[in-house]
Amino acid sequence: MLRYSLKRLMSLGLSLLAASAVIFLAIEVVPGDPASYMLGINAQPDTISALREELGLNVSALSRYVTWVTGMLTGDFGTSYTYRTPVVDMIGDRIMISLPLAIYALTLSTLIAFPAGILAASKRGSVTDVSIMGATQLGVAIPNFWFAMLLVVVFSINLRWFSAGGFPGWDEGLFVGLKALTLPAIALALPQASILARVMRSALIDTMNEDFIRTARAKGLTRRQAMWRHALRNAMIPVLTIIGLQFSFLMAGAIIIENVFFLPGLGRLVFQSISQRDLIVVESVVMLLVFAVVLVTFLVDIAYAAVDPRLRGRS
Amino acid sequence: MSFLTAALRNRSFMIGAILAALFVGAALVSYLWTPFDVTKLDIAHKLQTPSTEHWFGTDHFGRDIFAMIMVGARTSIAVAVVAVGIGIILGVPLGLAAAARKDSLMDEIIMRTNDLVFAFPALLIAIMITAVFGPSAINAIIAIGIFNIPVFARLTRGAALSLWTRDFVLSARVAGKNATRISVEHILPNILNLLIVQGSVQFSLGILAEAGLSYVGLGAQPPIPSWGRMLAESQTMISFAPHLAIFPGMAIVLTVLGLNLMGDGLRDLLDPRLRRART
Amino acid sequence: MSFLQIENLNMSIYGIDILKNVSLSAAKGEIIGVIGESGSGKSMTAFSVMNLLPAGAGVSGEITLDGQDLLAKSEAEMCAIRGSDIGMIFQEPMTALNPVKTIGDQVAETVLIHGNATRSEARAIARDTLNRVGLPAEQFPLSRYPHELSGGQRQRVVIAMAIALRPKLLIADEPTTALDVTTQAQILDLLKQLVAEDGMCLMLITHDLGVVAEVADHIVIMKTGEVVESGETHALFRDMQHPYTKALFAASSHVPDKGDARGSKKPLLEVRNAVRDYTMPRKSVFGKPQSFRAVNDVSFVLHDGENLGLVGESGCGKSTLTRAILGLEALQGGEIRIDGVPVEAGTHMSHDLRRKMQVVLQDPYGSFNPRHKVARLIAEPLHLLEVEPKGAERRQAVEEALISVGMQPSDADKYIHEFSGGQRQRIAIARALILRPDLIILDEAVSALDVSIRAQILDLLTDLSSRLNLSYLFISHDLSVVCSVTDRVMVMNAGQIVEHGKTEDVFTNPQHDYTKTLIAAAPSLKDALEKENN
Repeated sequence: MLRYSLKRLMSLGLSLLAASAVIFLAIEVVPGDPASYMLGINAQPDTISALREELGLNVSALSRYVTWVTGMLTGDFGTSYTYRTPVVDMIGDRIMISLPLAIYALTLSTLIAFPAGILAASKRGSVTDVSIMGATQLGVAIPNFWFAMLLVVVFSINLRWFSAGGFPGWDEGLFVGLKALTLPAIALALPQASILARVMRSALIDTMNEDFIRTARAKGLTRRQAMWRHALRNAMIPVLTIIGLQFSFLMAGAIIIENVFFLPGLGRLVFQSISQRDLIVVESVVMLLVFAVVLVTFLVDIAYAAVDPRLRGRS
Repeated sequence: MSFLTAALRNRSFMIGAILAALFVGAALVSYLWTPFDVTKLDIAHKLQTPSTEHWFGTDHFGRDIFAMIMVGARTSIAVAVVAVGIGIILGVPLGLAAAARKDSLMDEIIMRTNDLVFAFPALLIAIMITAVFGPSAINAIIAIGIFNIPVFARLTRGAALSLWTRDFVLSARVAGKNATRISVEHILPNILNLLIVQGSVQFSLGILAEAGLSYVGLGAQPPIPSWGRMLAESQTMISFAPHLAIFPGMAIVLTVLGLNLMGDGLRDLLDPRLRRART
Repeated sequence: MSFLQIENLNMSIYGIDILKNVSLSAAKGEIIGVIGESGSGKSMTAFSVMNLLPAGAGVSGEITLDGQDLLAKSEAEMCAIRGSDIGMIFQEPMTALNPVKTIGDQVAETVLIHGNATRSEARAIARDTLNRVGLPAEQFPLSRYPHELSGGQRQRVVIAMAIALRPKLLIADEPTTALDVTTQAQILDLLKQLVAEDGMCLMLITHDLGVVAEVADHIVIMKTGEVVESGETHALFRDMQHPYTKALFAASSHVPDKGDARGSKKPLLEVRNAVRDYTMPRKSVFGKPQSFRAVNDVSFVLHDGENLGLVGESGCGKSTLTRAILGLEALQGGEIRIDGVPVEAGTHMSHDLRRKMQVVLQDPYGSFNPRHKVARLIAEPLHLLEVEPKGAERRQAVEEALISVGMQPSDADKYIHEFSGGQRQRIAIARALILRPDLIILDEAVSALDVSIRAQILDLLTDLSSRLNLSYLFISHDLSVVCSVTDRVMVMNAGQIVEHGKTEDVFTNPQHDYTKTLIAAAPSLKDALEKENN
């Protein structure tokens, strides 16, 4: 188990290194001179060279990359050109919205998907199964941001249960904060829950056709017992894969959903930075999101080993 | 039973195919005819609710929503088709090559690169491209297309690997066929069904992704009509003109639903195990 | 009434009749062998007793166990009976166990699910039962996972699960088919011993006449869903009534007419000091990669016109050796020559060399690309010719090959799924013949076939061999098959050839201990009957 985890951890490190190189190349090397790009075409030559000085662009790309990476390792993400504040502070504030939103949505989608998938699989072919599958078919097809808009129309504008957007801040209390994130989380969770429920159902049905289920039935287990005691844990392997993949979609989805609800999260930050050509911030936010995705992949790999003894090896 | 009669009997395939054909048809017809000119502003008739004249109403510039949805279908479909094309044209050969030389350095490089690309959701790629080159519909195509490459590469490699262990491939090797010929003659025909089904799934995901990117301003730019941007523009008026949001949203849902149903139907139709039971 | 009594059992699945008027009975402490080829309904009879039939199944008739009418039981009542009164073991030990649960938990579950024991009592029973089936605590603690065990050990775990509550009836559905002969012999001994100790009734389902002849008290022979003959084992074999029984018996002990030995002195295939190593996954991130020697210093010569056998159990290295001879994998030492020309692995191997040697593989279902027609499948090796024949010439070659294996020329236009297993194996032989090679490697070429089909294919092979002056390298785990068609035989174990010689000599007077074990373990119909007669 330790060896397996170490191996995964090493591949996590390598992925991050490779990803940082890709991001650095795309944002700082491909456009040519970031300083003149950030200042636009009307910039004076001396302002450009002042910015070049400030950004440390007068050294080679490789040493800039090394400075950038080592800086991030010590928590220094550079200084935003537009706001003149350390990027790490800006991200710190925003992530307190984006991350809870993603986790909230992931929790919701799991809480909806597991019972729905298990129910559909155990009553395969029944009206329940057909209705659940029909609902998920629709859920998969709905764009989350449009669903968010519909939620606003129904629950904010008509019923007035929730505010249509904005975030009061966590200082107002956990409940107030969570309430503000509820509609966005539902909008994010619905399509993901639909996908997850479908995967859960088909994984369970596939596992129920395995030989070892027949063995369990021969021992005297009922179909239901065989499913709960034997099929479920085996079915978790494909389900975990999808949960891992979903996290990256959730992060991406959160960026879009923040726009619908005017939430001051990473999504808003990155779009502001794009329009202000603040490459330093864009670079850092993208890196952070990639880090989140890679980290979740690592956690899923560890979870595989917890579920499947074949991956653990003998200790 | 022929494929055609089986297809006609497969309800989800037929519903899906009809929905998909409806939108592809709308996109094609829009080149020849639209009920109103989508580029002409008519402020006098702005924000009208649906009527016999304007079936889906008009927007804040008085443009006909129905016509805009027809033209917007072009963008959605074009972006999704090209992005799936990129994924297949680059991903499938990479997957075949990786499987043909399993555990070789090339396999390792291809798969690690795949993993790397998977860490960048299409939205992040689009953000990076836009930050550097500015927003455009091409961004959306490239971003979604890049994300599709590892999807097809992984699918192809996984399916090809299990085929490489099959005895008919061994027979072909004994017959002196090289890896390229085996991949083309034996592997590819046997994974075609899988690729068709995945293609329809990625097509529908592409339409969703394009809508999302256009919604946040990273996709198609004015004046090119796009469903995602129509929704973005409708947002501030949603409390008094909900039809602005409802019709483009329905267009997305129905197209994606259609493609997904078609994909499910195809999966059943092309599955040899199910086919044997049917005949 | 007998302990287990099946009366006029009829079963259909979605209206298709699977079982027709099946009747059989067995007493306590008795082993009843149910024999049949694939599609005979023997497994479905067992699943009917368990009431674990696939969806769409309809059953009529009567199944009683110890006076209880099983078909009248509700599903809940059957759940209480399964595992406690009736145990069952299956063919595939590799997939019969849940991969994510320990063997201890899986055996204890049988006890727990039926109530009357605490968790620790159940674990104690599991421990005892695993000891009984030959998995002692020192090497096989309850915390082991299935993937840490071999196929034979896993089958023991499945048996432990089935007998943990000492059922009255044990159903074994092809319990040794997936196992090597030596393991098969051990598992059969274990089953016999358990029957004797617990006095239970064992219903042994198999396709192998040799297996039942050795262990069963009674035999039931089934064909296409019907019982064609049944009776006390030796009485039945002494006095076979039904033509199918006679045919099955003849096919099982079938020896094709080999004709005269044709072996010349000209070496066709030479293997000298062949060594094949596999790299194992590293034990630690920084450790040296381990390697495993699958083929260890193997040397032999196959002469032109000779049929040479290679016998060994799974994992002995015979498949690896085959792949090296076929030029698919490189050797780490030694060399292989065909007609004096060295075989070089990979795509570098010359077409001239490949033309001399073709292969017929085990699986009649997996050996063909399902998307191509038979004509294209058979013609594939023509690619090796300098000038690949086209059009009518190509078609003629295909038709000749088909005719030579007893198929119709019109079969060329069909797809492979339109043929049965035996026909597919004929098509595979046609593909190997189309280039008129000197050597055909038969890698378990008849192992997947039913006995009656197997006998036909063996006849075809010996006929082709003498007619076309072909040489075979006949690779199999099945001693009797190798014995029946080869001139000389080699026995392989743990990567080495431990014995070789004239086929008769090796089988009648084995020298090496391993060969002796192998021959003793192989169930033989003839031996079983002779033993009885003495």
